[in-house]
Amino acid sequence: MRNVVLIARRELLAMVGTMAGWVILAAVLAVDGLLFNSFALEGIRRSAEVLTRFFYFSSGTTMVAAIFVSMRLLAEERQAGTLPLLYASPVQDVDIVLGKFFAGLAFLCGVTLLTAYMPLLILIHGKVSFGHLAAGYLGLLLLASACVALGTFASALARTQIVAGILGGAMLVGLLVAWQLSRVAEPPFAGFFAALALHNLHFVPFQSGVVHLRDVAYYLLVTWVLLFAATRVVEARRWR
Amino acid sequence: MIQVDGLTKYYGARAAVHDLSFRISTGEVVGFLGLNGAGKTTTLKILAAVLLPSSGTVRIDGMDVARAPLSLKQRIGYLPEQPPLYDEMTVGEYLRFVAEIHGVPASRTPSAVEAVEERTALRAVHRELVGALSHGYRQRVGVAQALVHGPSVLLLDEPSKGLDPAQIIEMRSLLRSLRTTHTVLVSSHILPEIAQTCDRLLVIRDGELVAQGTEHELEQRLGGSGTVVVQVRGSAPAAEAALRGVPGVKQVTVASAEEDRVELHADAAEGLRPAIARAVVAAGLDLVRLDVGQDRLESLFLRLTRGTEG
Repeated sequence: MRNVVLIARRELLAMVGTMAGWVILAAVLAVDGLLFNSFALEGIRRSAEVLTRFFYFSSGTTMVAAIFVSMRLLAEERQAGTLPLLYASPVQDVDIVLGKFFAGLAFLCGVTLLTAYMPLLILIHGKVSFGHLAAGYLGLLLLASACVALGTFASALARTQIVAGILGGAMLVGLLVAWQLSRVAEPPFAGFFAALALHNLHFVPFQSGVVHLRDVAYYLLVTWVLLFAATRVVEARRWR
Repeated sequence: MIQVDGLTKYYGARAAVHDLSFRISTGEVVGFLGLNGAGKTTTLKILAAVLLPSSGTVRIDGMDVARAPLSLKQRIGYLPEQPPLYDEMTVGEYLRFVAEIHGVPASRTPSAVEAVEERTALRAVHRELVGALSHGYRQRVGVAQALVHGPSVLLLDEPSKGLDPAQIIEMRSLLRSLRTTHTVLVSSHILPEIAQTCDRLLVIRDGELVAQGTEHELEQRLGGSGTVVVQVRGSAPAAEAALRGVPGVKQVTVASAEEDRVELHADAAEGLRPAIARAVVAAGLDLVRLDVGQDRLESLFLRLTRGTEG
């Protein structure tokens, strides 16, 4: 665990120590703020409806930001030639992957939590259920976890950050459009695609303030599977 | 101690290293010679547990690299061909991170960093960003990261690559200082560095070990020849004929001929210099200079690595 913390701390400091991290932070806050002002506050709405819309918009920016944050995690080390330092150190490959993943997730959590002033603004003119707020943010963090894991996997596969970003983006789109596939596929595939989809079935309850154990388990499972795959890819690199 | 037995590494169908076996005793400084693509970097990566071998075993201090890599890695310091540096960190932060990731206790980390900075002359840039350093300093930081956790085995892949002459001398001095405390395997194309700092040489060609021994032993194996530089005052054909007449001189080339001064390079053993001097004087020429060629080791290296020995 010590090695995971060491790797995560170094990675996190690198994110906040470079321009890229601040650009992502600024972009997420700016886009979330614009969407919040343009759509969520449009006309007369109930507070719960505004909050639901906010979480819906935020899930989109979170997914995109997760890909930008995670595409650098392993691909940049490979590009910069620093991966041999970690490979030659007395750390497990899973420690490398987890350290990178937690750094990306911690950064994204920080960015996401900075958006909290927006739902709190709703308090000025309306009422906000703190249960709804907590459920929405839990959903965002679980979604971020799955997307950062996906980006980490793509970063482990790719040789460059750009390729990692494209690969991660493509996989993310694949998991999103699984919902569309479920609408045209026949049973039992329709149910399979619907359950596989990253957003619709699993995130919508969170944005409405409802937490299903099924959805929590789904995001944790996606995270675990993708991190497991990323670890296997990192291990396989030792053979090449 | 490093024991390598039957080490083979395939990249696809191509064997980068094939059936490589050698021993390096504790406290020995060994040079690893070979042309680009000979398999030096692959071998060092396997020794550092960065790569896994296709077959064969590597034992360091009695432990198999493939089976016990974690505990083993604490005993190894590895400098890859390109130093693995994080540009956004300061030198101090970077070395602290490397020490910590290699298991140095937090209480000992500051002293370990300070000691390695002293040893590699990095104290002055302790607070500098790694990304802002010159090439020479970056290379030094690379060596420092290999040393900071106090390993018993050092694997250095081209530590003098890209350094200027003054920095090469510093690096050579650093390598010499490691002689008693570390077992060192260093690959380099800078042959004087290898000759002056290593106890023994391993020569690799196309992934296979083709020779090993001291510089003198390798020279003996190749017939004891080298380049003798002869400068005379007189005619070039007469000087060439005089040198060719000396038994043991294999080849003579006229390197330069300006006015009445001629420089010739004779492919001959160092011990033939008195006979060459006598032959020049007997031919009625003035001997201006008689020296061992600076390219003696280069010549030895090329003959070994290109497969023209014997």
